[in-house]
Amino acid sequence: MQPAGSVSSSSALSAPPSTESYITEPRPLPAWFVEVVLPIAAIAALFLVWEAACQFFAVPSYIIPAPSAIWKETSANPGNVGWHTLVTTKTVLLGFIVSALVSLPLAVLLTSSPLVAASVYPLLVLTQAIPKVALAPILVVVLGTSELPRVVVTFLVAFFPLVLSIASGLVSVPPELIELGRSCKANRWTELWRIRLPYAVPFIFSGLKAAIALSVVGAVVAEFVNADAGLGYLIQTSTAFFKVQLAWGALIILSIMGIVLFQIIVAVERIFFPWSPGIDKPPV
Amino acid sequence: MIEIENVSKHFVSRDRDRVAALTNVSISIRRNEFVCLVGPSGCGKSTLLRLVGGLLPVTQGRVVIDGQQVSEPRAETGIVFQSPTLLPWASVLDNVLFPLKMMKRVTRDSPNRAKSLLKLVGLDGFEGKYPRELSGGMQMRAGICRALVHDPDILLMDEPFSSLDALTREELTLELMRIWREQPKTVLFVTHSIPESVMLADRVVVLSPRPGRIAEIVPVQVPRPRQFGMEALDEFQRATSRIRQLIFGVERTTVH
Repeated sequence: MQPAGSVSSSSALSAPPSTESYITEPRPLPAWFVEVVLPIAAIAALFLVWEAACQFFAVPSYIIPAPSAIWKETSANPGNVGWHTLVTTKTVLLGFIVSALVSLPLAVLLTSSPLVAASVYPLLVLTQAIPKVALAPILVVVLGTSELPRVVVTFLVAFFPLVLSIASGLVSVPPELIELGRSCKANRWTELWRIRLPYAVPFIFSGLKAAIALSVVGAVVAEFVNADAGLGYLIQTSTAFFKVQLAWGALIILSIMGIVLFQIIVAVERIFFPWSPGIDKPPV
Repeated sequence: MIEIENVSKHFVSRDRDRVAALTNVSISIRRNEFVCLVGPSGCGKSTLLRLVGGLLPVTQGRVVIDGQQVSEPRAETGIVFQSPTLLPWASVLDNVLFPLKMMKRVTRDSPNRAKSLLKLVGLDGFEGKYPRELSGGMQMRAGICRALVHDPDILLMDEPFSSLDALTREELTLELMRIWREQPKTVLFVTHSIPESVMLADRVVVLSPRPGRIAEIVPVQVPRPRQFGMEALDEFQRATSRIRQLIFGVERTTVH
């Protein structure tokens, strides 16, 4: 007689292989869940923990206000906050557009010859070595108290990484693609237009994503120094009057602005350049 | 058709030394002949191919094609590179049409010609696909179509099958022979593989390493049309063992 256990195990061995495999593969989650629901849930969880912590530890609202208090104060005067948001958005977008318009030809110039690169590159590094916060008041003296110095500061903060990534895209074209172009009798312009620039598209978008985030930083820095409107100005004036909730509200609006603008660029890349591999996806 | 006359090529390395890649190479290639270049790594096979393609200037001597000295890339030469080098942003059809577009020679009939070439290599139905949707072998097929689209009379191939798996490689070798039979061209084919060179070539040019010199030009008398299985023929054996001797030396070709 055999123990019952061995009988059942031998019958399991003789059973035909079922559809259930020994190795259970993790079922891939749907894209909308991973890309939309999870990020939003994570941020919502952060705010819930924040709210609960503020209530539980009774944190004074002039040190860290609870999200509910921030919402109450910020939504009290939507016209005013909306106006400041609009002003900042305009500066961010103008600075970003100028960065893009300047960076593309600059990157082409930098990669055109080693001599040009050797003479232009130090100047670029110089613009990055200057602290922008220190430069901003000087620019106001030079350019006046208009929007112009704010756009210039935004541009100076945002353009450098964009130039670098476009330039690295232009020079990372595989040599065989360049030889292909030459064997098809391409001159330098057709080579740039038909091979180097399309090849650099993923790099250009990687740079644009960095530039839009930095544009928000640049615009706020400029508003701290000289402005009569904008979210940076709002943060300064409201902290000066201990309206901390409003300052936090402006901060949150700035973050949302950064995320939305970033996502717009991601969407543009996906829609217009679906073949682009997206070289800076999160490492999963 | 292609006259390589006493050609030498030197490169200047980073520390300003002159490195000789090729010295005194002379070959005369007939129209519609299939010539393979074989030799160890660094013997200048690819360099010689680029000199014929006009992608590199010669240091000494000259390359003459149809009486014209080569000084720049020639429109009637097609090149297949080691990797398929398809443009990731263009469909298979646009990739094949790329040389015509670059040379502004697109006509109303060009898409049809491209499609019939794709059909010739078994890629019909893939015109609208993007390169990343294709396997390595299919990408290489599309790359071959691209090199043929402007109906060149010379085809330069730089180790085109070296990145493919062994089965795909044999398949493409047969396909290349079929294309060459249907659309005869002068082919200069660089390879590391001795059997591949003997299977394909009318003559195999064996280069010696550093600096590259012609060790010997081995004629291959294996009858055409060729197919796998002909490796057993005496002539095939004679040619491969001769090439092996030239590359490794007589004493190193036998295992003791």
